[in-house]
Amino acid sequence: MRPLLLAGGRVVDPSQSRDEIADVLLIDGRVAAIGANLSAPDETESISCDGQIVAPGFIDVHCHLREPGREHVETIATGARAAAAGGFTAVCAMPNTDPVTDNQAAVGFIVRQAMSARAARVYPIGAISLGQMGESLAEFGEMVGAGAVAVSDDGRPVASAHLMRTALEYARTFDIPVIDHCEEPTLAKGGAMHEGLVSARLGLKGIPAEAEEIMAIRDILLARLTGGHVHLAHMSTKGSVELIRWGKARGINVTAEVCPHHLSLTDEAVEGYATNAKMNPPLRTAADVAALRDAIRDGTIDLIATDHAPHHYDEKEREFADAPNGIVGLETALGVIVTNLVASGILDLPTLVERMSCAPARLFHLEGGSLREGGVADVTVFDPGSEWLVEPARFLSKGRNTPYAGTTLTGRPTCTVVGGRLVHRLAD
Amino acid sequence: MTSALGKDLLALEPLSAAQITLILDTAEPFKEISERAIKKVPTLRGQTIVNLFFEASTRTRVSFEFAEKRLSADTVNVAASGSSVSKGETLVDTARNLEAMRIDMVVIRHGASGAAHFLAERIESSVINAGDGTHEHPTQGLLDLLTLRDHFGDLAGKRVCICGDVLHSRVARSNIWGLKKLGAEVAVCGPRSLLPTAIDEFGVAVFARIEEAIAWADALNVLRLQLERMTAGYIPSLREYNRVFGVTRERLERAPRDVLILHPGPMNRGVEIDSDVADGPQSVILDQVTNGVAVRMAVLYLLAGGRPELAEAAKGGGER
Repeated sequence: MRPLLLAGGRVVDPSQSRDEIADVLLIDGRVAAIGANLSAPDETESISCDGQIVAPGFIDVHCHLREPGREHVETIATGARAAAAGGFTAVCAMPNTDPVTDNQAAVGFIVRQAMSARAARVYPIGAISLGQMGESLAEFGEMVGAGAVAVSDDGRPVASAHLMRTALEYARTFDIPVIDHCEEPTLAKGGAMHEGLVSARLGLKGIPAEAEEIMAIRDILLARLTGGHVHLAHMSTKGSVELIRWGKARGINVTAEVCPHHLSLTDEAVEGYATNAKMNPPLRTAADVAALRDAIRDGTIDLIATDHAPHHYDEKEREFADAPNGIVGLETALGVIVTNLVASGILDLPTLVERMSCAPARLFHLEGGSLREGGVADVTVFDPGSEWLVEPARFLSKGRNTPYAGTTLTGRPTCTVVGGRLVHRLAD
Repeated sequence: MTSALGKDLLALEPLSAAQITLILDTAEPFKEISERAIKKVPTLRGQTIVNLFFEASTRTRVSFEFAEKRLSADTVNVAASGSSVSKGETLVDTARNLEAMRIDMVVIRHGASGAAHFLAERIESSVINAGDGTHEHPTQGLLDLLTLRDHFGDLAGKRVCICGDVLHSRVARSNIWGLKKLGAEVAVCGPRSLLPTAIDEFGVAVFARIEEAIAWADALNVLRLQLERMTAGYIPSLREYNRVFGVTRERLERAPRDVLILHPGPMNRGVEIDSDVADGPQSVILDQVTNGVAVRMAVLYLLAGGRPELAEAAKGGGER
């Protein structure tokens, strides 16, 4: 592998409080040097990063890659390539596959598929409960031994408070986060969108914000009880933000993520029964979006995750109540965040890099998240001013289900480097 | 061919007061056709209409069918059951097949909110929503408006309270939008568990007790209480519902004025409405059914591109 010189970009690395124009030299999969006018070995491939941001590689701790079980919708290989195209050097794959990723063999399968994909790194997340049935604990220790970095029953809430408690306690041995999809199942049952004026007008059964908040506070209290690390997935409401703030102020080990769509769209996007605006948790109100934006700025919410959830095109082509939840997000995440949060001054670029790279690496104990010399050479280069049209047919993901189709976004990854190897480069 | 209503009739919420008034005015001359010995005019001769009913319906389906036949359209009834893909053909495939048969209009009743909208987006033919899930039932709303207008003349300032399970009622939504557009004051009354949490944002008054609603209203539109609401835990029992929310003669007798009684049917006598109210002098429930045919004839006629001023002339072409 030839050395790689990312030359003349603005290096933004909050892990080292670095924000300067510099070269980054990558040799043998490691960051060899950062500085002005670096001299590089003769065989070095040099890429001009003029006007670009050079950042530690983005890490998405929440995506659904559908393999095993639904390979016609996405595979680990297509998902890893889509991730690389979106500027992600690593993603964490949720275990709601078929069969469920709830044992060491299943975790090992994902690790092997990811290695042969040779795109973004893919870290498996193991199930909390066997079969995600919410009854008995899966073997966390064996799954961690095989490569799992966290546990979650995502897609389903952990309905039993007892199971959540024991998961948080048991996970402490392995120092992994327990990720919960916060949804009180009896309140949310049958719901297709946020419960509010739009759902009432459209005649669609709503999911109240309280369905999320009840579980969020339950999980925060269980983290207090157990000392375990609870990570709250895809937070969507103002109330959840207040509860997380409450927990963090008391030193409780709670972290949280928010998705680009919850930071940019409201339930009004559902108007006209738009199934590409259907996801769980649902798009909420403008007040929720404003609170989430405050929370990602001030760090109450730690990181941005995509909840990338591809579906086959005809699965979304049906009556709203019957359409599946979820949208693809890997290839639009950066553009949506820059367009909605950076351009409007809510997030500066160092904070964006912190929330998309440093925080996920730190909280999930993953390599990367930093360009320190000697560290892993996972790098994302992006142009924060580049405007582009979202054309789902050009996605590397097999999924086309996005509410951003046809919109123009600002901000686009240009190079993605994993372990010193260029895995994505935007064609000029 | 662009009609005064656009391609489809999917809901009353997007219509203007002028469009609603146009439909009601157009229905007036059509009322008379149903009073003739030979109830048929050639207005829609050569037009093909499919009545696509994914949910059981007697009243609405028969009403549409009479409206179509009295306008001489060629009609086919399709009764499909079930809405989910597990039960067979998807709605999008149904739509494409209908389109391929070059039909002029589709009347659709479906259990999923937005189904009529979904179909209308995918086919060139006109789509008439005959009730979609818990969203809207625009022709029911129109026939309720026509019945109220027959009685009150002008609806401006008239007070109409919609009583019962507003949360799950497509009739309620069409009534709320239609009444508000024509200037009526609108209220709802029912247990809070059967009202949308966002009801206050609809711009309607909310009465907790039926006695207050009756004291306020010029007319009550009493919704059918689906029996499954009890098993789903929204209300404790039908017996208590009748005791607390039932429209009874005793309650009506205490009202300061005669209150007109509407019900979209089918009724649960002794639950939301007592028999002596349903059959009593203030009830216009059967007038609603009669008006349903005229309103649906007007909608079919207008969507087929008929000019409103020709409706009067069109009926003259009938074979007497």
